[in-house]
Amino acid sequence: MSSQLIKDNSIVDDDWRQIMPPEAEIEVKKQAGKVVIFKLTGEDSLTSEQIEKTTMPKEGKLLLPVKVFLHHQDNLKGRISNQEIGIWIETHEEIESFINQIEDINNLPCIAVSTKKFADGRIFSIGNLLRMKYKYKNELRAIGDVLRDQLFFLKRSGFNSFLIRKDKDAKDALLGLNDFTTPYQGAVDQTKPAWKIINRN
Amino acid sequence: MYKYDSLDQTLVNERVTQYEGQLARFLNKELSEEEFRPLRLQNGLYIQRHAPMLRVAIPYGLLSSAQLTKLADIADKYDRGYGHFSTRQNIQFNWPKLEDTPKILRELATVEMHAIQTSGNCIRNITTDQFAGVTPDEIIDPRYLAEIIRQWSTFHPEFALLPRKFKIAVTGSSKDRAIVQAHDIGLEVFTDKNNEMAIKVWVGGGLGRTPILGSVIRENLSWKHMLTYCEAILRVYNLYGRRDNMYKARIKILVKALGIEKFKQLVDKEWATIKNGPNTIDSKEINRIKAFFSEPNYKTDKKDDLKKHTTNKSFTQWLLRCTHSHKKEGYRSVTLSLKSNEQAPGDATSDQMRAVASLADQYSFGEIRVSHEQNLILSDVSEDNLFELWEKAKVKKLTTPNIGLLTDIICCPGGDFCSLANAKSIPIAKSIQDIFDDMDYLHDIGDINLNISGCMNACGHHHVGHIGILGVDKDGSEWYQLTLGGNQGNFASIGKVIGPSFSEEEMPKVIKKIINTYVKNRHPDEVFIDCVSRIGLEPFKEEVYGKKEKSV
Ligand code: HEM
Ligand code: SF4
Repeated sequence: MSSQLIKDNSIVDDDWRQIMPPEAEIEVKKQAGKVVIFKLTGEDSLTSEQIEKTTMPKEGKLLLPVKVFLHHQDNLKGRISNQEIGIWIETHEEIESFINQIEDINNLPCIAVSTKKFADGRIFSIGNLLRMKYKYKNELRAIGDVLRDQLFFLKRSGFNSFLIRKDKDAKDALLGLNDFTTPYQGAVDQTKPAWKIINRN
Repeated sequence: MYKYDSLDQTLVNERVTQYEGQLARFLNKELSEEEFRPLRLQNGLYIQRHAPMLRVAIPYGLLSSAQLTKLADIADKYDRGYGHFSTRQNIQFNWPKLEDTPKILRELATVEMHAIQTSGNCIRNITTDQFAGVTPDEIIDPRYLAEIIRQWSTFHPEFALLPRKFKIAVTGSSKDRAIVQAHDIGLEVFTDKNNEMAIKVWVGGGLGRTPILGSVIRENLSWKHMLTYCEAILRVYNLYGRRDNMYKARIKILVKALGIEKFKQLVDKEWATIKNGPNTIDSKEINRIKAFFSEPNYKTDKKDDLKKHTTNKSFTQWLLRCTHSHKKEGYRSVTLSLKSNEQAPGDATSDQMRAVASLADQYSFGEIRVSHEQNLILSDVSEDNLFELWEKAKVKKLTTPNIGLLTDIICCPGGDFCSLANAKSIPIAKSIQDIFDDMDYLHDIGDINLNISGCMNACGHHHVGHIGILGVDKDGSEWYQLTLGGNQGNFASIGKVIGPSFSEEEMPKVIKKIINTYVKNRHPDEVFIDCVSRIGLEPFKEEVYGKKEKSV
């Protein structure tokens, strides 16, 4: 099977491996005789048990859930300086909840943001913040429900790599990066608005 | 008005190509219904009761005669010969074929029009005062600011998929006709004490299920920061707005949950990192856009022959209700009423559209405005042309002298077209227009807004109508709930429900009773809404429901 990864405008092989935590045990409570599953907003973060139980291969380039990374970062120093360790976060995770605990995010060669649903536009603000506010310079990757028709916006929000959803054609998705030639407003890829770049008189 | 350069035109053309491809992939089954949904919505395409509905953007309500003529052609070629002007200054076509939509968009692009972001969870069409640039009470012309916001918000990558739709309105007059307080962001432009253009920013207003008026988040924002400040607001909303429950996803819910102080703190913190950033506006850009909205060539020499028509009662009635004072002496703005009882409120036939386009060419510098009250406006008509214009417009049934009166009803498409409706709304509007067809009586009743929505989504703005009618569903049949005391403008308020709902047949009689109560109780020169505020709901309830038994 050909690669699903688009990076810097072409399809390339993916040498990163996304590490998944084990499933959380869902707390089941009884309420007024009915069994209901308790979830607040449907967006739980990892439990400490999940973090502990996540298994990590001894070699290769790994994208770790950010919480797992934070938990192990002291033991991973060698691999980090070998450029073998990246992180992935979900769209509901606040950047501020981890950013200060990482010595220098530019020591991470790859940060991936995972979106459960393509229509979850938080990923765009996260990309923007990582690039503009936190000055992240390396590979910024969109993973999860990543589809052609959002790529242009993802690119403009600072993402330079896109792992297209398995059932879609990455070659087709590539076309989505160039839907428009000159957008109006400044964003991440082009910080100046059009009227500051070209003469519109 | 604003004219496209090659950049605008390329973007709009590229959008048509993009959408054409998306539709083809959908029809090919490469895109699922769920994947296609936000794409079609952000191009104004709803799937409705009978057919798709296509909503075309009319940025801040401004149209050229060529554009209106094109809309007429589209209505004939792809629809059933009419269009519906909406409360957000857009136009909707109710009967296009799905396969035709790219062709329609391609045709629209030839006259600098599109359907971009007219629906979906993104920044929608920017709205403003229908009398912008011509009203004597104007402080700052909001149109060029609206155009700057339009460009910035079009395909803004960070805000392409918000938790919910996002509406921005701008006003620059002392009297707010854009209902800025009922918008996600409302911008009130004024001149501050240093004689600088400044903006009062409202946030978190909206109608719908949970009507809330906006809160002031900033009293005095410099115009330079208009876009970066909006970016900060939108970023906080994008990250923290609820996405788990569509009915709690509007920014108003977030602002309410956090409280305006906390919300403002978050916004200010974000803003600190982007203030003075690249999207900061400068005076060169302001002046570039402003130049598009410069004054037309008003003539100064004219003979005032209005007086010779003062014996024509129909004309004088129309003059009184349908023309508005103008900043230039010898000029008036004219509202062409789309509220005769022969058509659904806001509907115009292709024949009417062409007639209005031609009137605009003859009498108003080729421009037309759409108001959120769903009427069409010729903004710059010389007084000595009024009689001629009136005679021509009358033939096309565009001169019902009811602007601002009871029968100038704001009404959503309701159960006749909309699949979300609880009840029909157009027939209710018609039955009310039918029983109040005596113009003298209507003029005697005076200024009053009656707004109708077919469900709690409130497309017909019923919450802010002096009289509001809301379609509700009771065990599968259609009922109507009545609210009184809503208001728009500077003294915006949300109406209160008067009691149990009514059937369709009862509705006109109920309205009659409400009006009778007002007429019985009013002081001389007291308008309906002031009378309601003074005497409260009780006398109206008594008239409608009968006197309550005194409890023992
Ligand atoms: C026929 C198809 C239509 C559909 C399916 C539709 C759908 C909706 C929905 C779901 C809402 C509530 C959104 C929310 O509260 O978050 C809404 C609100 C609204 N719609 Fe529509 N609508 C339609 C037509 C119209 C028309 C014809 C107009 C203008 C006459 C209009 C103007 C508005 C306005 C002004 C609001 C209230 C905005 C607010 O809550 O701030 N819509 N619409
Ligand atoms: S108010 Fe309800 S019935 Fe009327 S158009 Fe909106 S969604 Fe449809």
